[in-house]
Amino acid sequence: MLRYLLQRLLAALPTFIGISLLIFLAIRLIPGDAITATLGTEAGMLTPAQRESLRAYYGLDRPAPEQYVFWITEAVKGNLGFSIRHGKPVLELILERFPLTLELALFAVTIALTIGIPLGLLSAIYHNSIIDLLARLFALIGLSMPGFLVGTVIIFVLSVVFRTLPNSGNYVSFAEDPSKNIQQLFFPALTLGFAFSASVMRMTRSSMLEVLREDYVRTARSKGLPEGRVITRHALRNALIPVVTPIGIEMGYLLGGTFIVEQLFALPGLGRLVVNAISQREYALVQGAVLFVSFNFVIINIAVDLIYAAIDPRISYDRRA
Amino acid sequence: MHKSIRLVLMLFLVALVSVVPAMAQGGSNTLVMARAADTTGLDPHTQTAFASFRLLELIYEPLVTLDADLNIVPALAESWEFSDDAMTLTFHLRQGVKFHDGSDFTSEDVKASIDRILLEDTGAAARANFTSIESIDTPDDNTVVLNLSIADVPLLAAFTSLNAAIVTSEAAASGDFASTAVGTGPFKLDSWLPDENTTLSANADWWGEGPYVDGIEIRIIPDESSILAALRAGEIDFALLGDPLVATLLDGDAEITLNKVPSISYHVFQLNPARAPLDKLEVRQAISCAIDRQEVLDTASLGFGTVTGPLTIPAYGVPLDQYACYTKDIEKAKELLAAAGVPDGFTIKVIAATAEPPTALSEAQSIQAQLAEIGINIEIESLELQTYVDRWLAGDFDSAVALNGGRPDPYTMYARYWTSAGNLQKVTNYHDDKLDELMAAGRSETDPAKRYEIFAEFQKYLVEIAPWIWLYNGFDYSAQQPYVSGFVPNPSGSLYSFSQIKLEGKGG
Repeated sequence: MLRYLLQRLLAALPTFIGISLLIFLAIRLIPGDAITATLGTEAGMLTPAQRESLRAYYGLDRPAPEQYVFWITEAVKGNLGFSIRHGKPVLELILERFPLTLELALFAVTIALTIGIPLGLLSAIYHNSIIDLLARLFALIGLSMPGFLVGTVIIFVLSVVFRTLPNSGNYVSFAEDPSKNIQQLFFPALTLGFAFSASVMRMTRSSMLEVLREDYVRTARSKGLPEGRVITRHALRNALIPVVTPIGIEMGYLLGGTFIVEQLFALPGLGRLVVNAISQREYALVQGAVLFVSFNFVIINIAVDLIYAAIDPRISYDRRA
Repeated sequence: MHKSIRLVLMLFLVALVSVVPAMAQGGSNTLVMARAADTTGLDPHTQTAFASFRLLELIYEPLVTLDADLNIVPALAESWEFSDDAMTLTFHLRQGVKFHDGSDFTSEDVKASIDRILLEDTGAAARANFTSIESIDTPDDNTVVLNLSIADVPLLAAFTSLNAAIVTSEAAASGDFASTAVGTGPFKLDSWLPDENTTLSANADWWGEGPYVDGIEIRIIPDESSILAALRAGEIDFALLGDPLVATLLDGDAEITLNKVPSISYHVFQLNPARAPLDKLEVRQAISCAIDRQEVLDTASLGFGTVTGPLTIPAYGVPLDQYACYTKDIEKAKELLAAAGVPDGFTIKVIAATAEPPTALSEAQSIQAQLAEIGINIEIESLELQTYVDRWLAGDFDSAVALNGGRPDPYTMYARYWTSAGNLQKVTNYHDDKLDELMAAGRSETDPAKRYEIFAEFQKYLVEIAPWIWLYNGFDYSAQQPYVSGFVPNPSGSLYSFSQIKLEGKGG
């Protein structure tokens, strides 16, 4: 098991190097730099000497390969650089934002699963009934409504009808005020979870339908087991395996930050940090954050593989003795 | 199964019950304000974004400032005078003013601040406006004498800018503005979390009357519709709104007051006279005659704004009927095109930044539709802001729609574009001796009536030769709850009058 983990992490190393190069180049290839990002069109008012002095200030005066080598050696030592605008180390900024992003992602996935799995189950059990039809309609709506629309509708209803808006730029962390924090994260998580619940529902439904046709389910039924037991013990467990994969992928995406929802609900998550850093051309911050997010992706992929093993006894990563 | 369903239900219930109306934060005498963009830094001399000004002008003060009619009025200087030849400018400073760190404000701080702006290493954006200063004398603690190398009347107006704010001589020397802001203004900076929130507290030692609130909490809500929602939900007291299409949703709202003030920033359709066929005067004039400016304003900003000539400063306004071709004249436009040898029109590209201003694309589309009437085909290139800025600065475009910032003085507003030595001459790609002469005359003229005449002629000439097609100036919008009083919207966008805000009747 441990050996397997180490192997996977080692295999991810070239991926990290590739990503670091890609992001380093990409952020420098887009036009503009920290100077025009701060000054806008007024940058044209600078004299050449002023411009040079600002370039040195932002560390843009050295050749790109030198910048890359410096960044990567420092990153290995755990120093992802410094954000001039925030006046803080990049790693500290990322770690400040990450709890919110993680909480939001877990919350959203929880909501998606609590809606999606039961609905998918019902839909499969009562195949082609009115329940199935309604559940499929729900899935269709969930899949076709973009997050910004769901979020906007939620905000509109809250503020105009209920005259309240927990998310008005005054985010508090769970540690500071748990109840307020949950209020603030509920609706963004619902927005994110809604769309995902639709795909979970569809996955559960189709996978359940397949499993219910399997011989071992027929066997279980013919043994005279009660239907509830057949479904929970025999069918559901097997039906869930294919559902785990999209959950892992979704978690990966959510942990990269959910810019649109963060933007709508004024949440200071990773997504906004990165997008703002891009528009401010804060190279170190963008590079650090992207590296961090890709690291999360790799970890989640490994976690998903381990969960397979937990659900399906046929899968094991231990070397057979 | 049952257990897990019950657990899920419980969790949901907990979540729902916890979603009760949130209590307003801050004390009841704290102004809670929301806006979409945050300051890009705390150094008043190097910031140029409007979003930065809106925070820093509460903390730092310049020597002189602008009232709601854009007249120059005292701030840190109580009075000032130009010598008759406009070669020296003397400021008499306010006495008994203290910086937020408790130190006294003296002429030394003024000298240090100006020196810092002039130092090229600082990268001060407004440096070009102060280069006429040859030396600075400080005969006593309350007097500053600027000796100039050239008669420079607009210099005074340049001192109204936040970019000329006075910082402590210590800060000017160290250049350390990364996380602290020590000014003389009505509010002190308590904390700044970029893109999240900023808290300010009232400066009890401020020299003016006020402030009347205990402090200000500025929240960044990046989506303006969400700002609107927060206002309607009563979560915030005051909001800055940048998108006219969001702001106008509040026009006539019974519960929320919408403040609007004509902005001195102007929307303009810039032609590049260095590129054929726009190098031909008749072609540019044809474009000018073919565009109904009011129609652009109606399409892009729903009519919220005023058609304008080059200068948006009220004191320098010229009646629109005195400008060439400010009424659409298709026939004349066609004749001009024929005279230029392109009777069948041509194709040019226009660059527009996405969402900056939010009206840019609809302006380009309106112009596109109108110019199609005389056979000119416009291709719209929609660019990300930074890309746009890079190409704009390099003058790398056939034409561009832009929202350019105004200045309180005509010379500072346009010398950078329309004089041959201007820093933004590359953007206009245009050189004209007559414009140079008028600008030089306006710079040294001290008599207001004569200055008006000079700049009226400057504007009419500029419109006639049509390197740019001035369109309109919009409104600056802010919105507030009915219990907020004392705020005076300023055409420069300044929030300096926050010092006068009272919150009587705001719930706790």
